[in-house]
Amino acid sequence: MAKYNSSRIPKTERITRLVEHLYAKMPEIESARAVLVTESYKQTENEPLIIRRAKAFEHILKNIPIIIREDELIVGSSTIAPRGCQTFPEFSYEWLEQEFETVATREADPFYISDKAKKEIKEANSYWKGKTTSELATAYMAPEALKAMEHNIFTPGNYFYNGVGHITVQYDKVLAIGYEGIIAEAKAELAKCGVGDADYATKSRFLEAVIISCEAVILYANRYAELAAKMAKECNDAVRKAELETIASNCRKVPAEGATTFHEACQSFWFVQQLLQMESSGHSISPGRFDQYMYPYYKKDIDAGKITREQAQELIDCIWVKLNDLNKCRDAESAKGFAGYSLFQNLIVGGQNEAGQDVTNDLSFMCIEASFHVFLPMPSLSIRVWNGSPHDLLIRAAELTRTGIGLPAYYNDEVIIPSLMSRGLTLEEARSYNIIGCVEPQVPGKTMGWHDAAFYNMCRPLELVFTSGMDCGEQIGPKTQPVEQMRTFDEFYAAYQEQMNYFIALLVNADNAIDQAHTERMPLPYLASMVDDCMARGKTCEQGGCVYNFTGPQGFGIANVADSLYAIKKLVFEEKKVTLAEYKKALMFNYGQEVSPLVVAQVAGNVAREMAQKGIEPNSDTVARASQEIIKQSVTAEDKKKFEELLAMIDNLAKFGNDEEEVDMMAREAAYTYTKPLLQYYNPRGGQFQAGLYPVSANVPLGAQTGATPDGRLAGTPMADGVSPSAGKDVNGPTAAANSVSKLDHGIASNGTLYNQKFHPSALSGEAGLDNFVNLIRSYFDRKGSHVQFNVVSRETLLDAQKHPENYKHLVVRVAGYSALFTTLSKSLQDDIIRRTEQGF
Amino acid sequence: MEDLLQTKGRIFDIQRYSIHDGMGIRTIVFLKGCVLRCRWCCNPESQEYVIQTMMVDGKPKVIGRDVTVAEVMEVVEKDRAYYRRSGGGITLSGGESLCQPKFAKALLQTAKAKGISTAMESMGCAPFEVIEEILPYLDTYLMDIKHTNPAKHKEFTGMSNEMMLENARKIAASGKTRLVIRVPVIPTFNATPEEIAGIAQFADKLPGVDKIHLLPYHRLGQDKYEGLGREYLMDGILPPENEHMDMLKKVVENVSRLNCQIGG
Repeated sequence: MAKYNSSRIPKTERITRLVEHLYAKMPEIESARAVLVTESYKQTENEPLIIRRAKAFEHILKNIPIIIREDELIVGSSTIAPRGCQTFPEFSYEWLEQEFETVATREADPFYISDKAKKEIKEANSYWKGKTTSELATAYMAPEALKAMEHNIFTPGNYFYNGVGHITVQYDKVLAIGYEGIIAEAKAELAKCGVGDADYATKSRFLEAVIISCEAVILYANRYAELAAKMAKECNDAVRKAELETIASNCRKVPAEGATTFHEACQSFWFVQQLLQMESSGHSISPGRFDQYMYPYYKKDIDAGKITREQAQELIDCIWVKLNDLNKCRDAESAKGFAGYSLFQNLIVGGQNEAGQDVTNDLSFMCIEASFHVFLPMPSLSIRVWNGSPHDLLIRAAELTRTGIGLPAYYNDEVIIPSLMSRGLTLEEARSYNIIGCVEPQVPGKTMGWHDAAFYNMCRPLELVFTSGMDCGEQIGPKTQPVEQMRTFDEFYAAYQEQMNYFIALLVNADNAIDQAHTERMPLPYLASMVDDCMARGKTCEQGGCVYNFTGPQGFGIANVADSLYAIKKLVFEEKKVTLAEYKKALMFNYGQEVSPLVVAQVAGNVAREMAQKGIEPNSDTVARASQEIIKQSVTAEDKKKFEELLAMIDNLAKFGNDEEEVDMMAREAAYTYTKPLLQYYNPRGGQFQAGLYPVSANVPLGAQTGATPDGRLAGTPMADGVSPSAGKDVNGPTAAANSVSKLDHGIASNGTLYNQKFHPSALSGEAGLDNFVNLIRSYFDRKGSHVQFNVVSRETLLDAQKHPENYKHLVVRVAGYSALFTTLSKSLQDDIIRRTEQGF
Repeated sequence: MEDLLQTKGRIFDIQRYSIHDGMGIRTIVFLKGCVLRCRWCCNPESQEYVIQTMMVDGKPKVIGRDVTVAEVMEVVEKDRAYYRRSGGGITLSGGESLCQPKFAKALLQTAKAKGISTAMESMGCAPFEVIEEILPYLDTYLMDIKHTNPAKHKEFTGMSNEMMLENARKIAASGKTRLVIRVPVIPTFNATPEEIAGIAQFADKLPGVDKIHLLPYHRLGQDKYEGLGREYLMDGILPPENEHMDMLKKVVENVSRLNCQIGG
């Protein structure tokens, strides 16, 4: 007998209505949280910080407006407007004020904001001057690191301006014992604190803060119970009245106590998920192995005949809708990098238990079903694949992939488990891993992974090799040997490594400065109540309370760097068709193509520096005129012809992504220039740095800041995404591309790698199509790929959606580690998705 | 083995992740040269054995290259992991692979020796003695049968069909390979229920044959004719509608006990 029931379950009309309601209008920024957190902080000036955090959380939960939306069975909304967002001035606020007038009309992720909200937020913000995490982080950074950021070598913007998030808490614990149980644990721990203990002050106050926070959550749930009861009383529809009464009784019981029914478990889960995102503005708070910790409640109700599969499915669908109700407004630049209103709440099904047995169950299938029903970007549905994964489960997953929603993402247990063990996890812990955010593996309930800690642009240090560390007239990197003097490829490569190592150290500096700022200004007691070993250590996650601590900044541009290094090796040193000096000029002037603003900035920088050296005060007029002149004179018709020839030669070279050994090995080495040096560094929480290789969607905006590269890529154009080949350069089909990607060392990039493949739906047609697709994934994983996700949608559809966005409001595409609504993406990102090689046959 | 590996032949393409020509994920090796001149042929560059130049996207492209079995196998080997998972392998196509019998045999024999499953798309347009040599190394024979009427066959493909039909009978009788019948469904040529029924009835009588594929005409090869400076004789003929294909599938199922599949 099968261990699970995999039969399909129909969608109810309620779910259609909930989704329609959610997307009826543009999301909105609300002011309530900003006002409340500020009020509370003003009242607690002289108290210990951890208590202030708890009291602020309590003040918010007591007073923030609440709402039960039409048709809801699972309640808890952070804003009155659907898909609205609150603001978090304690992390950063200046960007929002600067963007008040443009936030509703910007291309990526616009938000409506009322004049009243603007006024209230501005007033609240005035309190936070000099008190935010981002200001403190800046104060801790080395001047060279700030300089490197100014020159766009890397950006740690995520936690610089926001909370950290990126964690999976012990949902199972809340479901089992409720916050009353957790409060009891905190009290027991508190009772053990001796007044003479060295850490009495911090530990006791921390535990008190945990208690205040958990009590606040219980109180918040009770507000919902009262609201539901009131609405039930006023409701004339008998069916809805009964639903509201159930909601009221659920909210009275959970999350204060342990859940007894599946419906209670769903409600309890939801409050945890929602309120973590009320405490801080971190995203990627990931539900993790939902099919595992929810299963006991489902099984019990099904066995007792208390619930049907259809009812259970509807409740799961309701949670899926709610996951899309949460939202976050980022600054305009970050919004481009994380486009699609995404909160990256990663939920994973299937895989193994601690003992190494497959744990696929009914809910694994029902989670996939929920994504079919709701058909929205959240949750970022993931699936664990291992040699023992049931074929049925992968086929169902492939059917979802075939719809074009970009879900699920597939993860390889056979790579990730040993990779995590190499970072100190036990075998049992590694087998229990889940995924955070885009692609970051970790053990739930024990890890502060600081995943997604920065974008590191691997192409920028390559540019600096050509200028010996000079950028826009400033010496920002090491003065490596001038390329004109280099005699061997090894010399060039050594210079690249030197530039890389220098900026990796600065990246670490910036991340650690931000880490320190969060430790000091933003300890989160509510979060800490659900992560081991915070309570026993008497520390929050930010302070080093977790069992496992990492920092995971992600590098990207591997394909560009690999193709570039390969081109230089071949054309300059082996075939001697071009000199590095000629290459340098071609790059400087963007291969003679249109004059990019990046070219102008470089030339102007140099002109200004030379003027200053000659004792002439550079002013913008003279600099601009001199720069224009230089650009005009520098590229002769003969140069242009040479550049064209160079581009043609580059075009004829092998490229990463075509299963060609030599260039693929170059990619493997290129990835090591980032992944290996990082491992020597540690964060203030005592954890190791570990590399990720994925760009989210930043390959487009950060590509816009990157000059021409030796692989023939023009200045300002998008870079390759994740570990994928450069867009359009993989021409030997999906197996060749997958083979190339699998030749990288995925295990060492223990913060995750991301591989996007695009398929035309016809490649997945029929049962045989699905079988072959699943076998493609299995084979890629046999070859030790770590992650793969798919865009399955026709080019025609995407082009039409660009022209008629109104007809494609619900078109979801996989961007990079997450799914987004296509029409909400910026034009350039849309173009990038369209350009990616289409691999239908 | 070394002799086999050094056997030379002429191909015009190798296509990986092919999922419509035989079981599982396959690598197709396209051999150059054909005895027929089917009007609808979507690979007109396959027909001549000589190396040609074809205009592709406005640029000249050389079609055809001489390779050894070893060189082909190097590419085929790259996807071994995918064959193992999916039951796939190598498929020879063309052209008509039987125009290069020594090369075709050497490729198939080498693949079998290396544990890779083999298939061949072919019209069976060669003396049976040639085919017989190959059969021991061929797991699946994907055999085109385009028409049962010799005159019409000659009109549209340039050759009559007697030898091919006879070969089909002999291949089936040999029991040495799994024989699958494939029918390109070409409007104006063979797309009527009567014509398809005729082919199905013929196939049904072949011992061991239980599968027939109906492959709807498509126009993806049209630009290549222009690129070769040739006239496209099928201009203006539309691919059959899905409903028409479904109807033909029913016809096949009515007149035979064959399992009928639309597409490869």
